[in-house]
Amino acid sequence: MSALLTSELLSHIGDTGPVKEEVVTRRDIRKYSIATGQRLRKFLDGDEAPPMFHVSLFWDVVELDQLSPDGVSIDGLLPKFPLEKAMAGGLKIDYYQSIFPGDILTANRTLTDIYEKQGSKGPIIFYEVIMEVKNKAGEPVLTEKTTRLLR
Amino acid sequence: MSRLKNIKENDLLPEREFTPDNVELFFYNAVLWNAHRIHYDFPYATEVEGYPGLVIAGPQLGDWLTQTAIEWLADDGKLVSVEYSNRKASYIGETLRSGGKVSSVNVENGEVELELYIMNEADEVITPGSATVRFATA
Repeated sequence: MSALLTSELLSHIGDTGPVKEEVVTRRDIRKYSIATGQRLRKFLDGDEAPPMFHVSLFWDVVELDQLSPDGVSIDGLLPKFPLEKAMAGGLKIDYYQSIFPGDILTANRTLTDIYEKQGSKGPIIFYEVIMEVKNKAGEPVLTEKTTRLLR
Repeated sequence: MSRLKNIKENDLLPEREFTPDNVELFFYNAVLWNAHRIHYDFPYATEVEGYPGLVIAGPQLGDWLTQTAIEWLADDGKLVSVEYSNRKASYIGETLRSGGKVSSVNVENGEVELELYIMNEADEVITPGSATVRFATA
């Protein structure tokens, strides 16, 4: 076991968050498409969502007092880590169905791993969260694995 | 007829330049409801976090990477999966370049593996990634 990752911290692997349900609107698709510089008309018109639209759909809508001083929302799924400076990591997304306006989608998040590596500027904690997005019929729409870094 | 028969390993995907400005970065983080100060608070980003400027959001780079694949794919197939990692930060004022190449073609199931990148002005790959797309085989 590393110095940073205690058994209590690691015991949170497997924790799940509350299921979120969101309605996909043409307006939200259009806003996302413009913000990301999409060039395909079906996205700009909001007829279909770009592949990474779900990132905006399921980003936590938090209140001001839920933000830490750096403006990052406190993710209720995560334990308190000994390193707190958030850095972007990466994503892996498997797609099963496209997303359209009017879809009602649910997202279920699970903390699936916590581990530590030594970086050039000190230790880095990695954690992985898997989000399963399904439609109203319970069919899988996509699965996203996020890896985030803290230093 | 499927485009698949004309696609070969090492075929290049079209490159695209991105020069994100404050408005685009604001729109992106607003649409997410992302208040991380490194994306809009210049004194905080530079003096507290030590970055040289306002930081382009990691998933924004991932989206641009994904667009490389889906614009090349057009309406000829489906995106099966995409994967990327944010290896190095980028900042407002930089011009970035997305692109990629075909890394393998499976004519049996119609799946094509793509190697993707976002590069900075120094030609460093700051966001490497990959995607699998599936063409209609009929």
